[in-house]
Amino acid sequence: MSVTDAGRLNVSRDRWYNNPLYRSILLQVLVVAAVLGAGYWFTNNTITNLHDRGIASGFGFLSQRAGFDMVTFLNVTAESTYGYMILAGLVDTIAVSILSIVIATILGLIVGIARLSTNWLIRTIATVYVETLRNIPPLLVILFFYLGVLATLPDVKNAIQIAPGFSLSNRGLFMPAPVVGPNFHLVAIAFLVSLVIAFALRRWAFARRMRTGQTFPSGWAGLAIVVVVTGIAYVASGDPLTFDIPVKTRFNINGGWDLSPEFTSLFVALGVYTASFIAEIVRSGIMAVSHGQTEAAKALGLRGGPVLRLVVLPQALRVIIPPLSSEYLNITKNTSLALAIGFADLVAVGNNVLNPTGQSIEVVAIWMAFYLGLSILISIAMNAFNARIALTER
Amino acid sequence: MKKMLVTLALAATATFGLGVVVAQAGTLDDVKAKGFIQCGVNTGLPGFGNPDSTGKYTGFDVDYCRAVAAAVFGDPEKVKYSPLDGTERFPALQSGEVDLLVRNTTWTMSRDTTLGFTFAGVNYYDGEGFMVRKSLGVKTVKELDGATICVQGGTDTVTGLADYFKKHALKYTPLVIDKLPDVNAAYDAGRCDALTTDRSGLAANRLQMKTPDDHMVLDEIISQEPLGPVVRNNDVQWFQIVKWVSNAMLDAEFLGVTQANVDDMKNSPDAAIDRLLGVGDNDFGKSIGLGKDWAYNVIKTVGNYSDVYDRNIGPKTPLGLERGVNAQWNAGGIQYGIPIL
Amino acid sequence: MTDMQSQGDVFFVRQEVLEAEPPPMRVHGVWPWMCANLFNGFGNTILTLVGAAIALWVVIPVIEWTFINAVWNGTREACAAQPEGACWTFVKANFGQYIYGRYPDPERWRVNLFLVLMAAGIVPLAIPSAPFKGFNLLYVFIIFPVLSGFLLVGGVLGLPVVETAVWGGLFLTLVVSFVGMAMSLPLGIILALGRRSKMPTVQWVCVVFIEFCRGVPLITVLFMAGILLPLFLPTGVNFDKLLRALLGLSLFAAAYMAEVIRGGLQAIPKGQYEGAQALGLGYWQMTRLIILPQAITIVIPGIVNTFIGLFKDTSLVYIISIFELLYTVRNSFSDPTWAASTVPTSGLVFAAAVFWIFCFGMSRYSKFTEDRLRVGYKR
Repeated sequence: MSVTDAGRLNVSRDRWYNNPLYRSILLQVLVVAAVLGAGYWFTNNTITNLHDRGIASGFGFLSQRAGFDMVTFLNVTAESTYGYMILAGLVDTIAVSILSIVIATILGLIVGIARLSTNWLIRTIATVYVETLRNIPPLLVILFFYLGVLATLPDVKNAIQIAPGFSLSNRGLFMPAPVVGPNFHLVAIAFLVSLVIAFALRRWAFARRMRTGQTFPSGWAGLAIVVVVTGIAYVASGDPLTFDIPVKTRFNINGGWDLSPEFTSLFVALGVYTASFIAEIVRSGIMAVSHGQTEAAKALGLRGGPVLRLVVLPQALRVIIPPLSSEYLNITKNTSLALAIGFADLVAVGNNVLNPTGQSIEVVAIWMAFYLGLSILISIAMNAFNARIALTER
Repeated sequence: MKKMLVTLALAATATFGLGVVVAQAGTLDDVKAKGFIQCGVNTGLPGFGNPDSTGKYTGFDVDYCRAVAAAVFGDPEKVKYSPLDGTERFPALQSGEVDLLVRNTTWTMSRDTTLGFTFAGVNYYDGEGFMVRKSLGVKTVKELDGATICVQGGTDTVTGLADYFKKHALKYTPLVIDKLPDVNAAYDAGRCDALTTDRSGLAANRLQMKTPDDHMVLDEIISQEPLGPVVRNNDVQWFQIVKWVSNAMLDAEFLGVTQANVDDMKNSPDAAIDRLLGVGDNDFGKSIGLGKDWAYNVIKTVGNYSDVYDRNIGPKTPLGLERGVNAQWNAGGIQYGIPIL
Repeated sequence: MTDMQSQGDVFFVRQEVLEAEPPPMRVHGVWPWMCANLFNGFGNTILTLVGAAIALWVVIPVIEWTFINAVWNGTREACAAQPEGACWTFVKANFGQYIYGRYPDPERWRVNLFLVLMAAGIVPLAIPSAPFKGFNLLYVFIIFPVLSGFLLVGGVLGLPVVETAVWGGLFLTLVVSFVGMAMSLPLGIILALGRRSKMPTVQWVCVVFIEFCRGVPLITVLFMAGILLPLFLPTGVNFDKLLRALLGLSLFAAAYMAEVIRGGLQAIPKGQYEGAQALGLGYWQMTRLIILPQAITIVIPGIVNTFIGLFKDTSLVYIISIFELLYTVRNSFSDPTWAASTVPTSGLVFAAAVFWIFCFGMSRYSKFTEDRLRVGYKR
């Protein structure tokens, strides 16, 4: 840029349209106008289209009878309303998300640490795991698990009996369901009280150790308190718990609790898939902790396990948490792949509501609102956690 | 940067060459202007709407699309197909993405009213049926008490299933899956005891099992499923065209006019045939905005109802569906062509 | 120590000569390596044994299934007779469909030409030392898309029109991912710049758009683009369905891309901005000549990772009945002439292998750029 050019630039600043302030205002007005205009245009088109073609709209359908059955955690039948069906789908989405997150975190942590192991074989296995899973679409992983589960497990007639009441077949894992008796609330109260006592004991023991250096087996003592107190309450209240044991019928196993193949393969597949990403996050987090920290910890006489647990991981967590929360968000969004294997999550339920009602705009709006809500909740929770563990500097 | 973006956007639009199709007038004028009918069909249901490996669509429903094209253009090939699944089909028709939907769609009151559609007739009277493993020893639907049943989501089959089991106070566990291939796979893997869908579709589904002979279709039908072509309800002329093409095919069968003999039949002494084929002064096509030989073109190039039936789903095809209730009214069925008069 | 005499009295100084140590063990070769890496210590030995057990438990059946027991030739009967091995002959029989979808046979050379044109643009772009980067970008972003659009759709120069409804297979997956990548990059740059803009409305519009797209699953975006978009447009205005899916996917990917690029923008030291302004450059000149070239170079690995995610996400367009590779494969399972128990798994393994090769290739490239960039920052 030559001097004359620069001079010309200065001169042209005199014109109002070259003034950055006016430019900025003009551009912003244009942007707002464009956004509002587009919004108005789309809304107007939609209303005209719906009206011209005689398509009903609005959220009134949510209180109508659904008229179809689905298997969800909440008990829904054909008599439930569409609104309740969608709520049941949301509950299912949340259940799958939580389980997947737990599995992905645990497995990801293990694999991530294994990636840095000094043992060549363990390191290689972890690397192969990560490189295989993160390079195929999650939908494929889910299909593999689902078809794999169905292909491996026997049919109901030849169900594997794991223990009395527990059976495994291609209809799922069935187990006895506890049925709560009339006095069960007493046991629950006793359990909570004992839990509070155990925690108080733990705090006291910790404070004492800080003060005097003496240790106290607060973990074992707490466990003993919980078991004894709850046990006494259980016996005293007169055996309030019975079990609903699954029974084999002509086609199915009925009663009890069951983990369906769809649900199981979905959360396991998503957990295993996302673990490959979390492993990489954990690995880079650990590598970000300066080597001096490890050396210092070893110099203090700590062994491998405690070094990792007490020194390296707490510091690595600061690097790990932000990308980890975006993986949690991904899991939540990926649960929508349930549609492919017939697990009744939010999208799958919505898909079935969409057909008889024809309210496609409303259903898609509900989907987006719920997923956005879940995403925001997870972000808030993870940010709060992140703030707690952040390095406090003076 | 901006210039590059604009160029990019233009390039992307040009790339797919199809860009934006703008239409103002009625559907018939639009269709004539663009030179083809956009017809919504099944993504893959053998016998009804199924693409072969080269992308050519064939089937009973597809022939209805072709028949309408024959009536409008005199050429049954002037159709473009949009493969649609259960969930997509209604929004696609509502939005005008397709001009006509012939995708084994059941005529129900809510679809006829709140969705903004009109059914132009019934081309196949169907009902919800069940397929089970022979080894189960089940003979009737009522024996399926407590069974797990695979069903495709986004269809009215889920409602029919719920209604029937409720009415008879039976229990069942539904497994609702979105896409038909996945439903079949789950059933075939033994995840379900029974698979339910329209009876006509079951025949095709059975053939797709690993060993079709292990499975049987139950005789019972638990619901009424009249399938037919659908149009939007804001264009009466287009509705009339589809309705009368459908009737002309039934009339032709009733009058004995087939694809093979249609030229000879032009000389028939039967006045009803003259009216159908537009012989002499008869010009019924004019009233629906078409030429006088509209029905002749349909029968000559696509065939009458029985030609289309036998070619795609009849007893001599792999599906092997007998005419049953879909026979003409004078042959024991309930198909009845409204006369052209 | 100055006093040499007192040396003998110091208790910590050894008086006698040590015995010779045994000669060191061999440090090269398989056995010493195993001792040092696999069996050093009790815990590690246990880990090694467990790891070896897992590896054998997985690897042996996989090899048996994939190679030893696999059926490479023949028909359905051959596969039905061998339930313990993959049915590659099924994949072979459907290979054309998996690559081209239902693109008509006599026109398939157009797809091949498209693939060659694509490789011709992308390979030199990926090689840092290849010349003519400016022209190369022009080719990849403008010339190639327009050219291949006409080539694939047809309707010009006597090429018959091939509707997008019959497109499918790997080729469609590549089309979708290429368009997604090519559109999301410029859109992502605009969004990222907008998010860092000092103008509050521009910033807010970008933030809302980005966070919205990142908060909802792709499936719902595709539903919106595939099913609802026509309802939002004036009566009679219609897009091709594939085009709508591409639009939805591009906007969705752009939001993720924007966040990656924002990371790059944030990493540019303030001095670069001030230097550019001191030279008298305007906002766009500064952005185009100084900031973006540096910011994008830093985040190439992140961009490639977004591309990998996008490539995997193309497997979801099946939701609106677009026959990308995975859906083509799944649909072929219902072919009654190929009904055998090993068919679905074989098909899925094939699809997984194809996806894996592309994604792994891209991730290696990302790693390569990362290492190359790190060299520049070494002192």
